[in-house]
Amino acid sequence: MSFPWAKQYTPKHPFMVWMDEKLPLPRLVYSAVGGGYEVPRNINYFWNFGFLAGFCLVIQIVTGVILAMHYGGNTQVAFDSTEHIMRDVNYGWMLRYGHANGASAFFVIVYLHIFRGFYFGSYKAPREMIWLLGVVIFLLMMATAFMGYVLPWGQMSYWGAQVITGLFSAIPMVGEPIREWLLGGFAPDNAALNRFFSLHFLLPFVILGVVILHIWALHIPGSSNPTGVEVKSESDTLPFYPYFIAKDGWTIGLFLIIYSLFVFFMPNALGHPDNYIPANPLQTPAHIVPEWYFWPFYAILRSFTQDWLFIIPAKLMGVLAMFSAILVWFFLPWLDKSPVRSGNYRPLYRKFFWVLVLDVLVLGYCGGMPAEQPYVLVAQIASIYYFLHFLVIVPIVSSIERPEPLPYSITEAVLGSDKAAAPGDKA
Amino acid sequence: MIRIFSILAGLFFAGALAWSLLWDTIGFAQEGLPKTVEKAFYEHPKELHLASDGWFGKFDKKQVKRGFEVYQQVCASCHSLKHVSFRDLAALEYSEAEIKELAAAATVNAPDPLTGEMKDRPGLPADHFPPVVYAGQGHPPDLSLLAKARHDGAAYTYSLLTGYQAQPAELLKQFPDAKTPEGLHYNPYFPNLNLAMPAPLTSDGQVTYSDGTNATIDQMAKDVSAFLVWTAEPKLDKRHQVGFWWLGFLIYATILGYLAYRNVWAGKKH
Ligand code: HEM
Repeated sequence: MSFPWAKQYTPKHPFMVWMDEKLPLPRLVYSAVGGGYEVPRNINYFWNFGFLAGFCLVIQIVTGVILAMHYGGNTQVAFDSTEHIMRDVNYGWMLRYGHANGASAFFVIVYLHIFRGFYFGSYKAPREMIWLLGVVIFLLMMATAFMGYVLPWGQMSYWGAQVITGLFSAIPMVGEPIREWLLGGFAPDNAALNRFFSLHFLLPFVILGVVILHIWALHIPGSSNPTGVEVKSESDTLPFYPYFIAKDGWTIGLFLIIYSLFVFFMPNALGHPDNYIPANPLQTPAHIVPEWYFWPFYAILRSFTQDWLFIIPAKLMGVLAMFSAILVWFFLPWLDKSPVRSGNYRPLYRKFFWVLVLDVLVLGYCGGMPAEQPYVLVAQIASIYYFLHFLVIVPIVSSIERPEPLPYSITEAVLGSDKAAAPGDKA
Repeated sequence: MIRIFSILAGLFFAGALAWSLLWDTIGFAQEGLPKTVEKAFYEHPKELHLASDGWFGKFDKKQVKRGFEVYQQVCASCHSLKHVSFRDLAALEYSEAEIKELAAAATVNAPDPLTGEMKDRPGLPADHFPPVVYAGQGHPPDLSLLAKARHDGAAYTYSLLTGYQAQPAELLKQFPDAKTPEGLHYNPYFPNLNLAMPAPLTSDGQVTYSDGTNATIDQMAKDVSAFLVWTAEPKLDKRHQVGFWWLGFLIYATILGYLAYRNVWAGKKH
């Protein structure tokens, strides 16, 4: 679908006319990311993160495919082949640091993309499907990142795999068999490493597929915008090419500058030193911590320290809560009943949004610290708030809040007036 | 309807968490913050500045070479260096002949090219430093990656090597059970305070430097720490250099991109 005023592809060169008849790929590109795709003119820089996330995915696939040419997915050689890449492969250090920091960059961008969605209500009708596919992408990203971290077969790789696959054993009765089936053994070993490598190579392409669906779903209603008011007329939009290509494009440079500062000047700042120690099943590291982008969820997991009412095992509750912390996002479009999308016009929701941001940062901080006091107590309070935010506060706020008046249209919001608006139209 | 379920689910999670919070608060009220001998007596690494530090850092090759001499004459009797090959020493300005000689002095166990049998032979420049057999207590780690495998790597090594001391009386007063066990050595820069390695650098002049530098304990500790930064990250110079030019290009390209954006959007309100 597109807006009636969107330009149509008109091939001029005879070859392109011929092509358009046989395989209208240029037409598809033109109306998806070219002059034929109309975008609200007032979207702000928070709408750049989708494009940048796509760029990160490309970085990860390109560096990853080349790394895989030099890496050995076998416990005997995995650690040493990683060092071989760092030392002997031409620019291997750049590929590896690029890929490791690329994963972090990808998560930074996607977290910003998701929180853009929370603030501007991007998950609401008619964009529920975009959001749902987004949550699927996020889950796939987490699985991919986790398995990728196992590949160098350092201490944190090994013990991370031990802890995360151990979560499955919390499931009553069938948990332990499931864990053994997943690992292909009683503990992470060659079978596990080899299958993680296989899946780590596969999943990015699955992500790519879901990203295509995500963007397809986006093109049905088109992008939302900071006012949350839907597009009404031609003066509300500008074509993707050249306007948004130029706007997205230059921020790639900005992104690459920050990303390259890490790759070239502090490549290990976000990693854990223990992963430069080869995996040793007989020696547990002092603190097992995952990569930073898992910390908020790790904090929720570890907040369950007591068997609930002495009955439900703490570990089971922790696993349930950790997964639910993301699964609740699936329900968000139906929990938030407010007809107003944008946080800019929702005074109460806006406040809770910022408390949530703070809450997730606190959770992240606690998740990176050892599981001892006072971090556990703080994480428990922050975890309580996290669930209350999505499951209790959002539904209640959305029904009691009095939103601020919305502009009649995007044009009015941008230009101060819209000729199309009748005097009584102002809400 | 969904919102009623949601609120119930929210209260379920909040309730289960509050339960843990309740018992942990009681525990916390009784025990307070955890108090361990490591927390009380561990010391963060001393400051150490190396030429390779910072965004423009470059190895001080003379120092790294001296560090290699310390490794050879002291550490190599217990610690291996398996990720480094002899030819890598070219970066420390060893000549080809010197590298051949250094390699040949080592015995390498490798398949015989004619029979395929594993055999001992003199090392070649392309060989890695061979494994070190160690018969004593503990497991001396391979040193190739040590500087990256510890927080604050170089400063940590330097502090550890110069940090051996008698166990403080105050420690034993507060933690009577924490006496350094037989065969271990007290060092507050080691995360659990007692390690199997005895102080390796014990007297000035222990190492003979080929450049004539006075080998004080402090000097040797610094040099070997610098050397281990190099073994852990031999491509550091190259990385900084490439990064510098690449960033310059990116800044230029980003400015152009920004100007192009401004140009495209000129006159369009948004
Ligand atoms: C590989 C990861 C992802 C890629 C490449 C990607 C790509 C994109 C792109 C290109 C857009 C349009 C531009 C924009 O609004 O920024 C977009 C929009 C959107 N994305 Fe994503 N996305 C990813 C992950 C996610 C995730 C994890 C979520 C949510 C959990 C999500 C939710 C949304 C929503 C709701 C929109 C519509 C925003 C609006 O129009 O207001 N995306 N995505």
